[in-house]
Amino acid sequence: MIERVIRWSRKKSPWILHLNSGACNACDIEIVAALTPRFDLERLGVLLRATPRHADVIIASGPVTRQMKDRIIRIYEQTPDPKFVVAVGACAMSGCVYRGAYNVYGGLDQVIPVNVYIPGCPVRPDAILNGVVNLLNTL
Amino acid sequence: MKFNIPIGPQHPALKEPISIRLSVEGEVIRDADLRLGYNHRGVEKLAEEKSYIQNIYLCERICGICSHSHSTCFVQGAEKLLEIEPPRRGVYIRYLVSELERVHSHLLWLGVAGHEAGFDTFFMYTWRDREIVMDLLEMISGNRVHYAINTLGGVRRDIDGPLKQKIFDGLAVLRERSEYYLKIGSSEPTFVARLAGVGRLTKQQAMDLCATGPTAKASGVALDVRKDDPHDFYDEVEFDVVTSDLCDVLGRTVVRIKEVLESYKICEQILRKLPDGPIAVKSPRRAKPGEVVSRYEAPRGENIHYIIANGTEKPERLKVRAPTLGNYAATIEMLRHGFIADVPLIFAAIDPCICCAERSVEMVDARSGEERTYRFSDLRRMANERARTLPLQRNVAWPL
Repeated sequence: MIERVIRWSRKKSPWILHLNSGACNACDIEIVAALTPRFDLERLGVLLRATPRHADVIIASGPVTRQMKDRIIRIYEQTPDPKFVVAVGACAMSGCVYRGAYNVYGGLDQVIPVNVYIPGCPVRPDAILNGVVNLLNTL
Repeated sequence: MKFNIPIGPQHPALKEPISIRLSVEGEVIRDADLRLGYNHRGVEKLAEEKSYIQNIYLCERICGICSHSHSTCFVQGAEKLLEIEPPRRGVYIRYLVSELERVHSHLLWLGVAGHEAGFDTFFMYTWRDREIVMDLLEMISGNRVHYAINTLGGVRRDIDGPLKQKIFDGLAVLRERSEYYLKIGSSEPTFVARLAGVGRLTKQQAMDLCATGPTAKASGVALDVRKDDPHDFYDEVEFDVVTSDLCDVLGRTVVRIKEVLESYKICEQILRKLPDGPIAVKSPRRAKPGEVVSRYEAPRGENIHYIIANGTEKPERLKVRAPTLGNYAATIEMLRHGFIADVPLIFAAIDPCICCAERSVEMVDARSGEERTYRFSDLRRMANERARTLPLQRNVAWPL
């Protein structure tokens, strides 16, 4: 019973943290665009939080740069359980055009576990919406 | 008593990873320092391994907000190296996308400025209206952010009659909304009170510290590549360089809104004058040895690409100087003697595009909290030491 209540509450209001792990900003503005009136993720109870300690879902964009790697792991560890990671964009999936660059690991899953991948360069806000809904359906 | 406050790289006030060190006395900032490199991906090195046509798409991904700026700046330079002249229609469509991109970038910034000033309604309003220009860009190029409309020797997609009409309609709505924002930005008392006098940068300081773009224009320096060095077609259209003498964040807001209005003017002139003919010419794959500097007025200021060709399909070297880098020195001056609460606002006011500016080779490593800036000589010494202590490797295949 209690477990069902917890699951229900998690489903209803996932708070997200936007993490830029070295992206070119395109996915980041599309994430913000998904939260603003045209697409309005907030109507699904999604709220953008500024600190990892308040967040349930980390929405990360970008190939992981060497300088950010330790920070990303730290941010992941600071996020309370249960936590989910959404890799937004081709960079967070595999490195996109930066694949092979000397300062890039290429893909978020090289550093932290990822639950949902959303393809696109950059991802369209509707795709982000779809990704978040898919994530909620797995709970 | 002085305290040091680190902000970032992941911080509520920042959208992108950058680290600011502030030394404060009470509430007043005495000194500021920026730590870069969190977003350094190695684009310049990567560009040396790709052909000119591939590099257009790489340059586009230097930055997501001013993606067309970087690709246009690169294409302008590469076309000179390849000795081709794009047809007029192609040029007009290219700069139509440029101006629409400026509109989207400035509307985006206005929203962020409103958000940082605690005016979230303004944020939602501007981002709602920004969707109009995003739709226009999508109709023209097929994508919302990375337009990929540039190619060597022109553009890849044409504009037809119905689309032209749609752009006119969209611009009419946007103009009406922007005039409303100008009214809010210059007369809404709480908004003005929050922005006025914050982050002062005098005209002399702006010139000394080489500020570019709206940051310089808001300090009364009329610096605009479109007017100073009219590349391709900017001498064929009429527009004004907007300046303001307010020298603060309010001035930067007003300059950006007025610049958007100027952009609508340019867009309409482009659409009216749009010449007939082809949109692209065929380009050769190899460039003769040579070098070129290409300048472009990006939404944030002057963007410079320097390309060296060595006679092959790939450039020998690509150097990118993004406008945000030019504004960093001015930001530190603006932060000085300000309050801690104003940091997000001042920092947002230069419209920082960190992913654009991360070209630094000198790295600050921040592993395990310990911070060290390596100089080149240190790196060489470390490398030599490492090489000396390495065990001698036998049977190593010589990399030929």
